[in-house]
Amino acid sequence: MELTEKKALQAFAIRIRMALVEAIHSIGSGHVGGALSIADVLAVLYGREMNVRPEDPQWPDRDYLVVSKGHAGPAVYGTLALKGYFPYEELKTLNQGGTRLPSHCDRNKTPGIDVTTGSLGQGTSQAAGLALGNRLKGRKNRVFLIVGDGELDEGQCWEAFAFAAAHKLSNLAVLIDWNKKQLDGRVDEVLPLGNIAAKMEAFGFDAVQVDGGDVEAIAAALERTRQGGDKPYAIVLDAVKGHGIAEAENTEMNHSMPINDERYARWMGELQADLAALEG
Amino acid sequence: MKIAYTGEMDQRPCKEVLGATIEKIVTEDENAIYLDADLMSCAGTLKWGKQNPDRAIDCGIAESNMAGVAAGLAVAGYRPIIHSFGPFASRRCYDQIFLSGGYGKNDITVIGTDPGVTAAMNGGTHMPFEDVALYSVLPGSTVIDVSDPTCLVSVLKQCVYRPGVKYIRVGRKQMARVYEDGTELPIGKAVTLREGTDAVVFAAGIMLHEAMQAALSLEKQGVSVAVVDCFTIKPLDTEAVLAWAKKTGAVVVAENANRHGGLYTAVLEALAEGCPVPAACVAVEDEFGEVGTQGYLQKRFGLTAAHIEAQVKAVVARKRAK
Repeated sequence: MELTEKKALQAFAIRIRMALVEAIHSIGSGHVGGALSIADVLAVLYGREMNVRPEDPQWPDRDYLVVSKGHAGPAVYGTLALKGYFPYEELKTLNQGGTRLPSHCDRNKTPGIDVTTGSLGQGTSQAAGLALGNRLKGRKNRVFLIVGDGELDEGQCWEAFAFAAAHKLSNLAVLIDWNKKQLDGRVDEVLPLGNIAAKMEAFGFDAVQVDGGDVEAIAAALERTRQGGDKPYAIVLDAVKGHGIAEAENTEMNHSMPINDERYARWMGELQADLAALEG
Repeated sequence: MKIAYTGEMDQRPCKEVLGATIEKIVTEDENAIYLDADLMSCAGTLKWGKQNPDRAIDCGIAESNMAGVAAGLAVAGYRPIIHSFGPFASRRCYDQIFLSGGYGKNDITVIGTDPGVTAAMNGGTHMPFEDVALYSVLPGSTVIDVSDPTCLVSVLKQCVYRPGVKYIRVGRKQMARVYEDGTELPIGKAVTLREGTDAVVFAAGIMLHEAMQAALSLEKQGVSVAVVDCFTIKPLDTEAVLAWAKKTGAVVVAENANRHGGLYTAVLEALAEGCPVPAACVAVEDEFGEVGTQGYLQKRFGLTAAHIEAQVKAVVARKRAK
């Protein structure tokens, strides 16, 4: 990858973080940790890998994104706003009565949201159905599915993975946000998952594991999923919950965090500095 | 509309009609698609399904995933029909149908076979008395208790093109013939099978036959009873319910389901708001199911013509005592 592209993707990821901080600050608190941890993969998806038309969100041949960990909505909304799906200022309506940006992703409310999620596990089956439907309709597009690691506690995920493998849905790429934490604590303490990549392999996936904070590694892994074949793809993103903002990373219970004015100013300052360092 | 009720069984088992109708709908509409959870053999679709794996998707024994896959297929532009036994097509995948389906505005037609006591030999684990209540509280849903094979053909075709979540409960065995072949039964419109002046029985599913038998017996005893087919439990034909309540002043509801949250509840809501008259039900008295022949179970849970007869006499007495 060219250095300029890498820097552009890194800058996009920082801007996604700024956008989600903007959104969550407007309402005072929200799902900070798991939104920050997927900023890098969102940057690579929308900055490089996905074939979409922000001016025509319902274009049937687009690549689809299903964010099954629907509580990461603010990260997705930030990405979509930056891509021009709706005005950036609208991020400040997060969770307000009548908003188009609810806490959890809703395809009937937000331009660019493809599937309604929030009840964990349910995005997995919908993504599999969507991938199957697209293939049956002869479309050449792909479906990307972001799943949380804690979310893998839900048995429905494994039903959906077995289904995806049985139907050889190579137009489906499952991106697992392995950020090691869930709401009540460490994944290893609440319900240990073992080796996720090995499990996905055993379920019939082509599985790899990459650094979830490294846009170049994510890009390479996503590029692999273009090749078709007879297996669905899994990419385990070795990630950090709260990634990209030191205080969020260092807060043990960071699933949901308040963002008051003082914290907002500080975090935005840090992200601005990161951006300046990157873009010179 | 031609009513063909004689008390005789329709020669076609519902399973055959169900399988043939699904096959016809999916074959004729490239956007229709059928999913099952390892029960194609029970829905009469196995042979065709095996030959058409792109139109009939066997999801294995994973109803929650099947419901979610159906929602995803709807996002891709399909009109999915999914099937399992009633309890697994309702309780087992309810959150998935509710959110991925209803809340996500993904239109899905759900077929739950062997409702209530028709589950017979499969026993209590397979015997849904609560499916009607569950689907009734899903916003925008349609809930159907099929009255005979002709009704099944008509409602299934309509459901596929109707918005929202549609739930059709239907047995797989023979049912009493109610309608002339080819009769179309618009969803949401109750059908008067028999006029009467002393009381009205609103019935659905297998209870329609019991209601007709009760009405014939009561006629011989000098009691004139109307019988109305409420195959659409939701949206209830409130107009017809209130008209018959006003005309007769005494109401009995007969359903093969829990008395809470089903047709009886829907009728009582309508009566309370529009025509409060004496009412009673013949339904399952808040119990779990159990094993036995359908005949045994109908007696065990009080779902026979004799029970309807007794309840009609009781409401008529209450009306006269007022």
